[in-house]
Amino acid sequence: MNIAVCIKQVPGTSEVEVDEKTGVLKRDGVDSKMNPYDLYALETALQLRKEHGGRISVISMGPPQSKEVIREAFMMGADEGVLLSDRRFAGADVLATAYTLSSGLQRLEDIDLIICGKQTTDGDTAQVGPEIAEFLDIPHVANVRKICEAEEKAITVEMDMPDTVEVAEVSFPCLITVEKGINTPRLPSFKLKLATEDREINTLCLDDFKDRDEQNYGLNGSPTQVVKIFPPPTNDCHETLDGDPAEMAQGLFNYLSDNKFIEAR
Amino acid sequence: MSYSKITEKDINFLIEVCGDLYVHTSDSINEDFCHDELAGVSAPPEVMVEVETAAQISKIMKYASAQNIPVTPRGQGTGLVGGAVAIKGGILLNMCRMNHILELDRQNMTLTVEPGVLLMDIVKEVEIHDLFYAPDPGEKSATIGGNISTNAGGMRAVKYGVTRDYVRGLEAVLPNGDIIEIGGKIVKNSSGYSLKDLLVGSEGTLAIITKAVLRLLPKPHSTISILAPYKDLVSAIGTVSSIIQAGVSPTALEFMQREVILAAEEFLGKKFPDTSADAYLLLTFDGASKDQVEQAYSRAAHICLEHGALDVFISNSPERNEAIWSARGTFLEGIKASTTEMDECDVVVPIDKVAEFVSYTHDLEDEFKTRIRSFGHAGDGNLHIYILRDDLPAGNWVKVLGDVFDKMYSKANDLGGKVSGEHGIGFAKRPYLKESSGYCTMNLLRGIKSIFDPLNILNPGKVC
Repeated sequence: MNIAVCIKQVPGTSEVEVDEKTGVLKRDGVDSKMNPYDLYALETALQLRKEHGGRISVISMGPPQSKEVIREAFMMGADEGVLLSDRRFAGADVLATAYTLSSGLQRLEDIDLIICGKQTTDGDTAQVGPEIAEFLDIPHVANVRKICEAEEKAITVEMDMPDTVEVAEVSFPCLITVEKGINTPRLPSFKLKLATEDREINTLCLDDFKDRDEQNYGLNGSPTQVVKIFPPPTNDCHETLDGDPAEMAQGLFNYLSDNKFIEAR
Repeated sequence: MSYSKITEKDINFLIEVCGDLYVHTSDSINEDFCHDELAGVSAPPEVMVEVETAAQISKIMKYASAQNIPVTPRGQGTGLVGGAVAIKGGILLNMCRMNHILELDRQNMTLTVEPGVLLMDIVKEVEIHDLFYAPDPGEKSATIGGNISTNAGGMRAVKYGVTRDYVRGLEAVLPNGDIIEIGGKIVKNSSGYSLKDLLVGSEGTLAIITKAVLRLLPKPHSTISILAPYKDLVSAIGTVSSIIQAGVSPTALEFMQREVILAAEEFLGKKFPDTSADAYLLLTFDGASKDQVEQAYSRAAHICLEHGALDVFISNSPERNEAIWSARGTFLEGIKASTTEMDECDVVVPIDKVAEFVSYTHDLEDEFKTRIRSFGHAGDGNLHIYILRDDLPAGNWVKVLGDVFDKMYSKANDLGGKVSGEHGIGFAKRPYLKESSGYCTMNLLRGIKSIFDPLNILNPGKVC
């Protein structure tokens, strides 16, 4: 079974500041890491390879420094890495990102299964995975919480819905996005770091794609208009209740019922 | 030595000083205040007072001296040797309301706190200001007063030292009620005997700490942990000296065994990233930059591989660190949850004797047919060894525990070790301190105690 895993480099902390004037995340000087959800995707692929054999390719879109997360995927056991990097990809919204990744994935041969993390921790849209599948015109299942069975031509998975769990058998080639908690991702191995230090990362740009129309990529290919990005207002007001335990309990009760968190009967 | 029993008059005095809301008499004292975390030593106080100021404590101590009433100070009760248990009854001074952070002094890099502030709140407070309080004991809900009283060590001791190294000054109330200030915001001090260093680690037997000036460091901006699996513990611990000699300065250098990791997994309901090997070393490196930290961990990783590590796993993100360190932080609770009752041994031995000592505990496991689990700070020789009761009948348990402890402490002594690395002596480890310290040392300790507390009313029956 040949598997492609989509990975992304994201800021290493959730405390990234937003430039209030430009609305852009201040990424300079901020440590980066592999999107945590992608670790579950990669671990799912590694476990499937252990059972069924095959090859794992990781693919990422981003600036040249995104090679770091591809190297990290090698340290976890991925076999090959592809970086889609071109200034013309910059400023992409979910649609253009999914289109670019689907163009890159078409360059990989004989892929049976594409695995994505459910979402990224910087964008949080959870749309890129399903949109890639739509561009590739292949079946897809999001929010996968368990791999039940993998056979030669299909995979059976559990999809986590808000109130129910749906079991679906999907034919290859297909795409799944996996939930956090589907497994415990392994740690990168120092031995694999030493062994893969010289492994080449295949970097592709727009000119390597079948569709070379710049209008379909990056900012040009993004219908989303970002009017403004701003940090959510922080609510740091707090109220202190004083008195003996009975008075404080009454005070808390009054506060909660006045604010309609609870209903007084 | 006999003490006066608490009377109604005493209660009225305490109410007058602290207010009736904060004075609790026997029936209204929760059972939790009769023991500490391990619950091996249990005794109810006659009265518990939630104090708020040094002045209140001073009045109480003056009164207790005059009335011959024993007084036991207590923080969060997370100790493991009965140090905060009122074994002679009397007054239990609950210090938890004294939980204010008083001042952060950037110029002098100090934080002044009351003793009831929790370690986790100190960490949070200084981080906001990009500063760092280096000691890192496992129990983050302990009070700083408790940490100071036991000279708590923790995971980062191998690079940064222990609590004593981060206490610059103290305010304390003596058993006679006098309030003293020792040390201060100063870095150096050769002005007479270091009473500050004597009070740190005195387990509430010499004075009651009411304020502490803590030393802060700039916050290291990059941290990476590595986890090295080994086929057995002896090979794992065999690596430790080489790592320390290589000068790569890990902030933490811990050893752990699979059984303990599995117990923590069970307790947390979360999987550890790797449980395929028998033994592991866990190392952390911190520094000002990612490059600096990567250089240090790479060197250590090579040393681990040269000494037979099966691999070296790298934990370089908050999620990965959380997966490892949340398990490490619950080893004690995990082991505790896996048995009916347990007791611990917190010996410290020279680092080149750690493997020999742990192997010895495995021999004792066979000899006494009882489960013994261990983990600890391989980098500073401080081991946490737990003897588990499981389904042993009560009578046999006491006997087995006594015999195992006798052998362990005797072995530690032979290897040049000491009874406690960081948990203290309290009540439970007194016989072993006496056994290993010798007549002259014990006499000096008792002499010091009698100078501070001639009436022996402050935390009596502890340490010496």
